[in-house]
Amino acid sequence: MQFSENWLRSLVNTDLDSQALSHALTMAGLEVEDIQPVAASFNKVVVAKILSAEKHPDADRLQVCKVDVGLAEPLQIVCGATNARAGLIAPCAMVGAELPGISIKQAKVRGVDSFGMMCSSKELGISAEASGLLELDANAVIGQDIREHLDLDDHLLTLKLTPNRSDCLSIAGIARDVSAITGAAASFETILPVPAESQFAKEVVVSDQSACPRYCGRLISGVNAQSTTPAWMIRRLERSGLRSINVIVDVTNYVLIALGQPMHAFDAAKLSGGISVRFAKANESLTLLNDQTVALKTDDLVIADAGGAVALAGVMGGKASAVGDETTEIFLESAFFPPSVIAGKARRLGISTDSSYRFERGVDFGNTRNAIEYATLLIKQICGGSAGEVTEVIGVLPVRNPVKLRMARLVSVLGIPFTHDKAAQLLMQLGFAFTSSDDVFSVTPPSYRFDIAIEEDLIEEIARLHGYDHIPATKPVATLSILGAPEARRHQNTLRANLAATGYQEVVNYSFVDESWERDLLGNVAPIRLKNPIASNLSVMRTSLWGGLLDTLVYNLNRKLERAFLFEIGATYYQKRNTFVETTCISGLAYGSARPEQWGADGADIDFFEVKAHVDALIGVSAVYEKAEHITLHPGQTARILLDGVVIGWLGKLHPKWQQHYHLTKSAFLFELDADAILNRQIPSYQEVSKFLPVRRDLAVVLDENIAVNLVLSTVKNANIPLITDIALFDLYQGQGIPENKKSLALSVLMHDTQKTLTDNDADMAIASLLQLLQSEFDAVLRN
Amino acid sequence: MSDLTHLISQAQTDFASATNMNDLEVAKAKYLGKTGLLTDALKGLGKLSNEERPAAGAAINVVKQAIETALTARREALLNAEQAKQLAQESIDVTLPARAQSQGGLHPVTLTLQRIEQLFHSIGFDVATGPEIETDFYNFTALNIPEDHPARAMHDTFYIDEANVLRTHTSPVQVRYMENALKNNLNPPLKIIAPGRVYRVDSDATHSPMFHQVEGLWVDEDISFANLKGVVQDFLQKFFERDDLIVRFRPSFFPFTEPSAEMDMSWNGGWLEIGGCGMVHPEVFRHVNIDSEKYRGFAFGLGVERLTMLRYGVNDLRHFFNNDLRFLSQFR
Repeated sequence: MQFSENWLRSLVNTDLDSQALSHALTMAGLEVEDIQPVAASFNKVVVAKILSAEKHPDADRLQVCKVDVGLAEPLQIVCGATNARAGLIAPCAMVGAELPGISIKQAKVRGVDSFGMMCSSKELGISAEASGLLELDANAVIGQDIREHLDLDDHLLTLKLTPNRSDCLSIAGIARDVSAITGAAASFETILPVPAESQFAKEVVVSDQSACPRYCGRLISGVNAQSTTPAWMIRRLERSGLRSINVIVDVTNYVLIALGQPMHAFDAAKLSGGISVRFAKANESLTLLNDQTVALKTDDLVIADAGGAVALAGVMGGKASAVGDETTEIFLESAFFPPSVIAGKARRLGISTDSSYRFERGVDFGNTRNAIEYATLLIKQICGGSAGEVTEVIGVLPVRNPVKLRMARLVSVLGIPFTHDKAAQLLMQLGFAFTSSDDVFSVTPPSYRFDIAIEEDLIEEIARLHGYDHIPATKPVATLSILGAPEARRHQNTLRANLAATGYQEVVNYSFVDESWERDLLGNVAPIRLKNPIASNLSVMRTSLWGGLLDTLVYNLNRKLERAFLFEIGATYYQKRNTFVETTCISGLAYGSARPEQWGADGADIDFFEVKAHVDALIGVSAVYEKAEHITLHPGQTARILLDGVVIGWLGKLHPKWQQHYHLTKSAFLFELDADAILNRQIPSYQEVSKFLPVRRDLAVVLDENIAVNLVLSTVKNANIPLITDIALFDLYQGQGIPENKKSLALSVLMHDTQKTLTDNDADMAIASLLQLLQSEFDAVLRN
Repeated sequence: MSDLTHLISQAQTDFASATNMNDLEVAKAKYLGKTGLLTDALKGLGKLSNEERPAAGAAINVVKQAIETALTARREALLNAEQAKQLAQESIDVTLPARAQSQGGLHPVTLTLQRIEQLFHSIGFDVATGPEIETDFYNFTALNIPEDHPARAMHDTFYIDEANVLRTHTSPVQVRYMENALKNNLNPPLKIIAPGRVYRVDSDATHSPMFHQVEGLWVDEDISFANLKGVVQDFLQKFFERDDLIVRFRPSFFPFTEPSAEMDMSWNGGWLEIGGCGMVHPEVFRHVNIDSEKYRGFAFGLGVERLTMLRYGVNDLRHFFNNDLRFLSQFR
């Protein structure tokens, strides 16, 4: 909410200067997010009248003016503004004046003496742009300082109000809070009822009294809607961010800003019959003031006449009954609608009005009548007319139940000592009615506060006035206990540290991605969609982190990088019937040379098995890799990874078609693992270390090339052949000397006896068992 | 028997002129070999009388020992020279770059999150997590933000459907954690932080549609607003390693805390907003069946990117999600 500091100070004046006042407001919860002077700093500019304007003898675009500045003799001033003309009243900077960027001196302009400068609003720093001189009121006092005339020693303050403080959505409300904060007395204009001059009144029927607990309406006839809105009112409205529209509308807006009560004026001639306040009927529609025609819903409260809805209650008036220049009789409305009735109504229509904004948050239901009296007064003063009776319908007004405030609770919640007297004094400053006994206050919140319902609300009010700054930062005193640290469960950070040590850089990509990544790259045609994505390429939730990693790769390759090892930890999302499942994944991408380019290294590109080593190290325990297919990956270089029989991830080379799609000159390798699934580990358990030395035998066997090596190794391990403790592949060979479609595996076999030194004979027998197993299971033969 | 002592200097000269082991062996043979000069002399002893033999034998031995000593000395010298040569050949330029694996690193936001977790862990805060696709109930209603409440307009929410949103803050984790704790008969004190990704429909130079928050919650019998200020200030001082850093609270409004405050931190002579906080609203306690007469709690939410930017001097939020490796690699 933006407002004029001077308007505020007309109600409550404090010793605080503008900056100090802003700070005080901010520290009391009314955050001042901006403060701007209404005009630049300047002096010696007065209201002046151009008496005559003659063409400059030597310049087509200049005029030589005689200007009355309130001195005995008029001044001669050369002026280039197109609107300079005899009779115009405009600001004049005198010789010696200091304006933003200009010092005014006596000068010769193209040979003609000039004793000052006529000014535009831009030159005075009132507006950013101006065309010509600032034209002033015809009745302005010649010679008066322009700062005084236009009230320019003022600031625009902008409050960033929290939704609970609707009581400060008016000048009166802010003044009330300034008074509470600073202790300075506020003086509010006493609003006296305007006596009725005629019996004219409209019948008002409120069909649901809880939806409209208070309704005041009044006819004013014989108004001149073409009257000019007074300059002071226009100025106050403009400094509140509102343009002058029409005198009647200006008055209702003025009351809105002054008192916080939304008002509406109907052109009474365009209303038929009495007024009813009711919920909209099915299929009822209304064209609003903004030309928007809305289909009303049956929970929309409307103001209606005999012909149907004429306004959407608390939101906006209807076009058909709007006041205009030709209006002579108006029906003024001042009502109270509870927040629950108005909340969401404007938003549904995609609009927000000053009225709906206030009603949604809470409008003072104790001020409804005052507001209509004040508006009546202003309209009669400015537009004339005679006022009818106020028709007031009062239904069930909100009840303000007393709220208990215990001193002990206040002290313990805030954590500072607090006296009863101090609390009482602050409640008094707030203007809250209360009684107290035995250190318990019973506080009745005022009708303008919608945020005081429980004890904590009062504690906040007390703390706010006491000053949050005066609450010390105190460290808690508490019972200590040591936190658990499950050793069989690794922290996610160990996974990060592992990959970082292996050379991978962590990245963070958005959780929402381009739908095409899901559909084409991952084959997911039904991703979770956002109803309101921020951009069309960020519209669905990802089921894999690969899209983001590839995007990051391309981004960096475009910036002249040639290799990248990337990883991300983050959630993936899919929908399973009515629930959303989130899986935290750890995914990596390796692209380019296995090692950074350097002397003494061959610069070979990363391959499947190196990345597999990275994945193995990450998982920490031996996982099972199965040949499989994945839409993103090369069909011949894809592994599904299992742990305890459960699929926990994928590893493979990016499918060549995607490599081409992303314009990658080299192969990219990708992996993705369920991060939670790989955090478990075995707590180490001691096994006896043998005193005897192991024996190693190497042998080569030839078998069918389609037999998976892992199957061979695991079969041997699972067979538990006596003495054989480990078997490993140290070479793989196909080619000369090996039959076609066969391969040779060079195996190292480690044998160990914990009880005695192994003899050659023992080892021979173990190897024989091994060969027999390989022969029977895989038709493998010992290579000669 | 002629005097053989001249052989000593002769051998020394021969040995000295041998420049390698082979030459030395040839020279050795000339004196000590099967047909060497000394061997011949020893053979000649047999021709001498018994009286002459001992003296002549002793004389030969003196010469032989002297020659052998010279030989050993030369051998060592040659060996040393050879080793020295080999060592010289094996010399490398130790200033050449190491044969490096590539270096990886963590995202700066991760560094901050790890630091936050570590600092809060030191005073007994556990880490809690919750879903990012959150129900409207947990994201809003359970936090005392009913439908159509103007406070919802403070959150520019991403909607999945009528009942589900991308969480707009990490506060729902508070509620889920307290609910679960009570279900598992875990009573206060409860101390958690809840770090994670959050989402708002907002994207410009200073807003990202996805960012990170850390929620903090401490529920206990005697926890106060002054304690909230104390803990946050302590944290920030330790996080930035600056004892002079102070925290300022400004009254604010969050439906799930009362009293509520915006937290500002002193920074370079001014104040910077770093998050919101307050005492847990009794309505939130009611949702999770915690007796608000017996217990009180504080909660705070910190912006992780903001802390990261201040800590490392990053001047543009967008760097965090562009993933330019030239940026990310600076945080190793």
